[in-house]
Amino acid sequence: MNLLTRKSLKRLFGTLAFFALAAVMTGGPGGFGVPAYTGVHASYLEPVSYFGLFRTQRWSIFLTLGILAWLIISLYQPHALTIRRRLEPVTALPNRVMQRRTNRWVLIGVVIVIALFLPKFVHEQFWMYLIVEQIGVWILLALGLNVVVGFAGLLDLGFAAFYAIGAYATAWFTGVLPTPAPFHHPIPTLWCIPIAVGLAMIFGILLGIPTLRLRGDYLAIVTLGFALIIDDFVGTQSGLTGGGEGSLTTPTFSMNVGFWHYHWGINPTPYYYLCFIFVVVFLIVFTSLEYSRVGRAWVAIREDEVAAQSIGINPLKYKVSAFAVGAASGGFGGVLTAGLIGNINPTLFQYQVSVNVLILVIFGGMGSIWGVAIGAIIVQFVTSYLDNYQPWGYQLNDLYMYIGALLIIMMIFRPAGILPSRRRQREISGYETEHEGHLDEVLAGDEP
Amino acid sequence: MGFAHFWLSGFDQIRSGFWAYVAVGLENGALYAMIAVGYTLVYGVLGLINFAHGEVFMCGGFAAVFLTHGILGAGVANGWESVGLVLSGIVFAGLISAVVATGVEQVAYRPLRRRHAPKLAYLISAIGASYFLQTIAGKEFGYGQNIFPAEVFPAGQTLFYIGKTPIHTIEVICLVVGIIMFLAADRIVRHTRLGRGIRAVAQDSETSSLMGVNIDRTITLTFIIGGSLAGAAGFLYALQNGIIQNSGTELGIYAFTAAVLGGIGNLRGAALGGMMIGLFGSFSVPFAFEGNISWTEIYTFLILVLVLIIRPTGILGEKSGRTA
Repeated sequence: MNLLTRKSLKRLFGTLAFFALAAVMTGGPGGFGVPAYTGVHASYLEPVSYFGLFRTQRWSIFLTLGILAWLIISLYQPHALTIRRRLEPVTALPNRVMQRRTNRWVLIGVVIVIALFLPKFVHEQFWMYLIVEQIGVWILLALGLNVVVGFAGLLDLGFAAFYAIGAYATAWFTGVLPTPAPFHHPIPTLWCIPIAVGLAMIFGILLGIPTLRLRGDYLAIVTLGFALIIDDFVGTQSGLTGGGEGSLTTPTFSMNVGFWHYHWGINPTPYYYLCFIFVVVFLIVFTSLEYSRVGRAWVAIREDEVAAQSIGINPLKYKVSAFAVGAASGGFGGVLTAGLIGNINPTLFQYQVSVNVLILVIFGGMGSIWGVAIGAIIVQFVTSYLDNYQPWGYQLNDLYMYIGALLIIMMIFRPAGILPSRRRQREISGYETEHEGHLDEVLAGDEP
Repeated sequence: MGFAHFWLSGFDQIRSGFWAYVAVGLENGALYAMIAVGYTLVYGVLGLINFAHGEVFMCGGFAAVFLTHGILGAGVANGWESVGLVLSGIVFAGLISAVVATGVEQVAYRPLRRRHAPKLAYLISAIGASYFLQTIAGKEFGYGQNIFPAEVFPAGQTLFYIGKTPIHTIEVICLVVGIIMFLAADRIVRHTRLGRGIRAVAQDSETSSLMGVNIDRTITLTFIIGGSLAGAAGFLYALQNGIIQNSGTELGIYAFTAAVLGGIGNLRGAALGGMMIGLFGSFSVPFAFEGNISWTEIYTFLILVLVLIIRPTGILGEKSGRTA
């Protein structure tokens, strides 16, 4: 591969120009409460603005990305085939190592040990909070949504509703909502876990039965509609849910088992372990579900509902069960959030939260449990780092710009995610080679 | 205040201000219908919900802000000037939005079509495009509300009275522009060569490509038609309500509800659904508990959910190939 040919250099300049344009466009001021024309004027047309717009760090990052993109593009040119061949042993190495069972278990062991001792390395309280609240809880949410979207192939845009139900059920049963607790007897937060998870599952079933007859984008819209209704409803009911201000402070977790008392308190570390235990439990449950009878039925429905029906699978039953199982994990995330941050309010459960969870699932790889877990860790770590330190001229709302671009790029170049599930990968790569008449299928759309 | 009393007082309010509710409902309905045309055309041709269409609308609104600022500066539009402003605004905003819509198609959908991606991929890519456009608008133009001062354009001026109800300029403009643009779009789809192409692709893309219809060009033109209508709607919306970088989301969902209610893929269904949703939203205002405006949203979304569950094909049925 010669990178210095005329064509290749032309491509380099094209890529760099594209990234420079991106750097200029994403470097706008993003002011609050200024008229649009003054915003544009201040960011592009006044000398003082060039300082902000041309921050060197931003530019070096974008140009580095541009050169990286150019290298990757060059690698996929037809004449670079020999290089790709030569690189193949290196790129295939992780896969080859992971194929051996012992290696897999060693890796899992290492991850568990690192996770167990993580609080010893993280000295800042603040980051410990972030790890539990932004990473731990979101791994649970992503794992739950992965069951719905990845396994059963149902695009659910209202997943935050289950998260909300878990959190609000906790607040209700611990008696911090304006509505008195059931039987006027608040219960400890820890005992809310089974109750809230159960409620979330019931709600998943109730939501699923009418909506799951729909397919594809109709289902996405109907779940979105439900999520918006719940969001608005919770926000308006100040007498019931505390409205926009939300609940009072939910008591922290505590445990009284006979002689053994344990109080979680305000230190995030015990929450970390609680969350860790449940992440492991959900990982085990979902992994074993994946290859169980239920999991295979989900995949069958996802691939071809009619065929699945013809071999005796009741689609509605299994779809509803996917909703319920996913809801359980979401509900648990809600309980943990309520116990950890105390005050819960509708902003925690907006429509965007559902989409954010969906992004974790897509980034990691739909249907791949480990991919989703790792993807959630990566995305949530990067986003909380960016949000809290705001480096390189990054602003709080910029995230969605990059995420939007990332989603489009991923859908074009790597739709199966960073760690694709093996089964799913085979299907998606199959789309490119086999399906001759598939365009028609896509264009015509599913009948609702 | 009892529950029954609440509903009765709502009906009382409707009875006393009936024509005002109708006027507002028709105004919003025209806007929804104009946006819904884009959803419905794209659904007919590509079979996918263009989630980024709300942002196309939003771009039209921002085009309006810049155009008005560019033409008028700090001045005031009077008489014929305001007519010129509206006309040029519709053209300009429609143009900008058509460009944005085509860009979305080129960047977010066309590569997927080349790769024969599954439908889920389109939806996710559309969400990505919507996020991207929304945030980039916030970055460039600021996150605040861009309101036109009342003296720049007399949107709220009373034009005439029905009974004792004042009818405002903007209501008339929205309805008239909406009807004209819808009729134009309907005519294009029904009676021109291009429209025949759109209908053919909607019915059977592969066969129509064998018959010599250029699919890529037809799809681009579909996005242009839908985008320009949404842009015009964005301009009119911005004249009255101002524009903010995320106003596309809410309006987009309303318009989508309208498209679904009328029968997605069906052009006339979009107009009918838009008017119905507009009127419904306007008439549900007196029934908002504690005057909380979120309740009209809840009612509209309830309609969306109920229509999808009970009759997903909408009132006039789907498939633009058959009915449009």
